[in-house]
Amino acid sequence: MSRNPLVREVPPTTWYFRQPRYLRYMSREITSIFVGAYCVLLVVGLQRLSQGQAAWEAFLLALKSADSIVFHVLALAAAVYHAATWFNATQKAMPVQIGEDFVPGNVISGAHYVAWMVLSVAILYLAGVF
Amino acid sequence: MKERTVQLEVLRYNPDTDTEAHFQRYEVVCQEEWVVLDALNKVKADIDPTLNYRWSCHMAVCGSCGMMINGEPKLSCHAFLRDYEGVIRVEPLAHFPIERDLVTAPDDFMEKLKRVKPYVIPKEKKPISEGEYKQTPAQLMKFRQYSMCINCMLCYAACPQYGLTPKFIGPAALTLAHRYNLDSRDGGRKERQEVVATHEGVWECTFVGACSEVCPAHVDPASALQQMKITSSIDWIVEHLIPGGKS
Repeated sequence: MSRNPLVREVPPTTWYFRQPRYLRYMSREITSIFVGAYCVLLVVGLQRLSQGQAAWEAFLLALKSADSIVFHVLALAAAVYHAATWFNATQKAMPVQIGEDFVPGNVISGAHYVAWMVLSVAILYLAGVF
Repeated sequence: MKERTVQLEVLRYNPDTDTEAHFQRYEVVCQEEWVVLDALNKVKADIDPTLNYRWSCHMAVCGSCGMMINGEPKLSCHAFLRDYEGVIRVEPLAHFPIERDLVTAPDDFMEKLKRVKPYVIPKEKKPISEGEYKQTPAQLMKFRQYSMCINCMLCYAACPQYGLTPKFIGPAALTLAHRYNLDSRDGGRKERQEVVATHEGVWECTFVGACSEVCPAHVDPASALQQMKITSSIDWIVEHLIPGGKS
């Protein structure tokens, strides 16, 4: 008997349809497009600011358009989802051992959520929302 | 005991005669509390003795009977028939070459396992007369979870990165490297980093997390790999950004 192993290739562009968990993974990765796009938007805003008051006000007006609002809602949802997956991962990446026991994972992730809330409130305060 | 007729759709491949694999359907009268492995044993005993598959302990310890069951990597001795409805599709572990029927070739995994040096490399060698290398319970707990791997390779079958990039060292081997790196008796981390901290090592992992979801021993390889990414990054920062720093 000779060896003649059969190799089954993984389809390079459609593999993530094979399992729901792969789709969840891809949806997490795709959020980075929105996060990246929002960074570009911020850079464009800075550029308009450097060009003077008229350019800045035109930029602010553009932000109020329907397309812009839809984009902001999508980007916010993507950023929140991305952040949640990131915080949930911290308990795997940064376990804390005290003596023979490990701190429960939800305490580690929970601490990140608390820090997120505190920093968000601080930023909103500095932005004059309160 | 309650009986149930189960339809099994099993992937067959004969290396001597086939150029492609094909599915063959078996109708098997099973006991309700059986696992998929029992059904396969029934097929082999009563219906088709030519069917090939690996198994040994029948209690989720040896790691021999890993298969894709309805597309999910599972130990077939741990896949209860009562959890499945309709036709149960049984295939060899994904991402490994098929040797024959449900038997895969584990050569690639075995080669990678060797490369990460999965054994204690003592910090300081001492003669036996000086006694054993001692370890506290806390030091043991640091790596114990990662020592539970049974080398069943389900994590490789679940990992799309391994499927797409076969040079990836992969979850189980890297997790074992982490297990020995965390061992207080071990001094071999630097040697393992030559394999671990490379594109073929932890940096090929994109944290899909499927490895941990399918692991029958609850080893959580995804956590080991993320921890190794952090320590490897710290090594790089110390080496490249801190004057006089050495990893």
